[in-house]
Amino acid sequence: MTNNALSKTEPGLNRRIIEEISESKNEPLWMKDIRMKSLEYFLNRPNPNFGVDISALDLNSIVNYVKPGAQNERSWEDVPEDIRENFEKLGIPQAEREALAGVGAQYDSEMVYHNMKESLKKLGVIFLEMGTAVREYPDLVKKYFMHLIPPNDHKFAALHGAVWSGGTFIYVPPNVNVPMPIQSYYLMGSPGMGQFEHTLIVVDKGSKLEFIEGCSGQNYSVSNLHAGAVEIYVEEGATVKFSTIENWAKNTYNLNTKRASVDKDGTIIWISGTMGSAKTMLYPSSILKGKGARAEYTTITYAGPGQHLDTGTKVFHFAPYTSSKVDSRSISFGGGYAFYRGLVRVSESAIHSKSSVDCSALMVDNVSKSDTLPIIEVMNNQSEIGHEAYVGKINEDQIYYLMSRGLTEDDAKALIVRGFLDPFIKQLPFEYAVEFNRIIDMHFNSKIG
Amino acid sequence: MELIKIIDLHASIGEKEVIKGVNLTVNRNEIHAIMGPNGAGKTTLINVIMGNPKYRVTSGEILFEGKSILNLSVDERARLGIFQSFQYPEEISGVTFMNFLRLAYEKMHPDQKMSVLEFGDMMVKIADSLKMDHNFLKRYVNLGFSGGERKKSEILQLSALNPKIALLDETDSGLDIDALKIVSEGINNASKNGMAVVLVTHYKRILDYVKPKFVHIFIDGRIVKTGGIELAEELERNGYEEVRI
Ligand SMILES: Nc1ncnc2c1ncn2[C@@H]1O[C@H](COP(=O)(O)OP(=O)(O)O)[C@@H](O)[C@H]1O
Ligand SMILES: [Mg+2]
Repeated sequence: MTNNALSKTEPGLNRRIIEEISESKNEPLWMKDIRMKSLEYFLNRPNPNFGVDISALDLNSIVNYVKPGAQNERSWEDVPEDIRENFEKLGIPQAEREALAGVGAQYDSEMVYHNMKESLKKLGVIFLEMGTAVREYPDLVKKYFMHLIPPNDHKFAALHGAVWSGGTFIYVPPNVNVPMPIQSYYLMGSPGMGQFEHTLIVVDKGSKLEFIEGCSGQNYSVSNLHAGAVEIYVEEGATVKFSTIENWAKNTYNLNTKRASVDKDGTIIWISGTMGSAKTMLYPSSILKGKGARAEYTTITYAGPGQHLDTGTKVFHFAPYTSSKVDSRSISFGGGYAFYRGLVRVSESAIHSKSSVDCSALMVDNVSKSDTLPIIEVMNNQSEIGHEAYVGKINEDQIYYLMSRGLTEDDAKALIVRGFLDPFIKQLPFEYAVEFNRIIDMHFNSKIG
Repeated sequence: MELIKIIDLHASIGEKEVIKGVNLTVNRNEIHAIMGPNGAGKTTLINVIMGNPKYRVTSGEILFEGKSILNLSVDERARLGIFQSFQYPEEISGVTFMNFLRLAYEKMHPDQKMSVLEFGDMMVKIADSLKMDHNFLKRYVNLGFSGGERKKSEILQLSALNPKIALLDETDSGLDIDALKIVSEGINNASKNGMAVVLVTHYKRILDYVKPKFVHIFIDGRIVKTGGIELAEELERNGYEEVRI
């Protein structure tokens, strides 16, 4: 594997740093070219003119590559104990034994563990750390890598293209139903670093995949940055369910990009929970390009003290008979700010399309904020579009009702919040659901368990 | 034994006085009916006893088992054993009846440890006795319930939580005769272990099944007359204005 031991780069970004990263990974030239072009875009692009305030994020002080003191292993026993412990605390090796078809575990800038069950290999499924996939399946990767999210898409896509490292590549051949979910988990352990994993998923005709992504990190007084990219290609008649539980540390800027393209009769299901980070901008997008393609979203955004989470969903209906369904909810409490930004665009040719968007925002107290900005653009008159929005405070009468049954005010609030988030929570794998309820209890000083 | 004793109670909502000097004593095991015209303040009285923060007690006293409860919060009063049944119970989306009631039960009876299964069995028995579908327990609290289902849901909660006193607000309104009988039986069963009942109603009908020891006529923020069941009969014939005198 890698002989050029690069432990970490200097803070900031220039051509030499990119060269170092690329060389340490023994990359083919075309990938280095993508990085160099991305760097140019990055240097020339302004910051986004909407969303969260990132003026306090000093990109020159971010360390863009930090190699963990570990190789990418196929057995947990070979992962150094201090790193392995972190993943054990998260219950990942155990979940893998019990309910997962494959697991990737990234610490800082590289995967430290990546493995899948033998039975999946026999089905022809490819599941590799992204950098390894670049070397072992260059043609396949080249065909898809940063085509859905081009490096010049926006400033942080460009940054990602320049310094991306780690992440997961999955290819599912035609007509394979991957029987259990595959999971990748991302941990950020070093202060002042940026994590830029790349997830590329290609699910071929008639196949099915469920992928779970988890992220968390250690909290520091300096800023950390996360700018990952997820590209999902859902081929004809295929189904992909992509679930994310994002719980970055509260010093993290999470400026993340996720996009899926969906071919004829394919389905993308996004389950997305944003709860960590100081500031987030994240709008998973679905490009419905084949007739009858479908997108479903169940998303929640959970903004507490000091957090400004700007999230949303974007659906582009480009073909006839496409459909989309969005259930997006947010909670803000303790001064948190949750912003929902939604876009549904139905093109002229996407006749007989259907879309329903339901976004609701619940503010738990008087100091928290919530906004919704749904945009719907329909270019033909043969489509059915529905939209509902609700922004409101937690209902005093509900609290009173629950308290009249003996629940404390904190318990009552936690229960109402849990109930509000139930459509999301019940989509989660069991251990995530338990953890999520525990976090709600903690934030509301509740002991409902 | 004096369970609850209300002494010259005055209470307001905003600047408006709604409870204008109520005196009422309810002993263990007693059933009291309160009847009165719309807007008289019956619902307000129940809310004030329960401790709804929307209402302000301006003077007077409420004693529960001899101690003032005026400084206690709603949930503290609930845990003492006071139960309010609502005319229009709230919907709580995403929370199943079973989970909600288990939580409430643990709060009300912290010393009685019951397993999930035991609690489930108990709830199923109560649901059966109220002729409610078991699926009811898996549904979200009051969400999309019909009027009759809501009334039953309140009595189901009453039966499960086993309070010392039940304050029932028009639990009979909108029920057909079969449902009324079932709900009444539920109330009677719950009161077998000494529970007291204060029942607000417009109709004598329910008093054929839930038999009160006292009937109070409540007009304009006060109890103006107290008697037995004959008072309800008189009311049915002559209306409030006649009875008042
Ligand atoms: N939340 C409230 N806000 C404003 N006025 C109220 C409120 N609750 C009760 N009132 C007023 O108090 C009076 C008594 O109402 P209520 O207790 O509901 O009477 P009842 O139950 O006897 O019909 C009425 O005049 C009503 O308008
Ligand atoms: Mg009333």
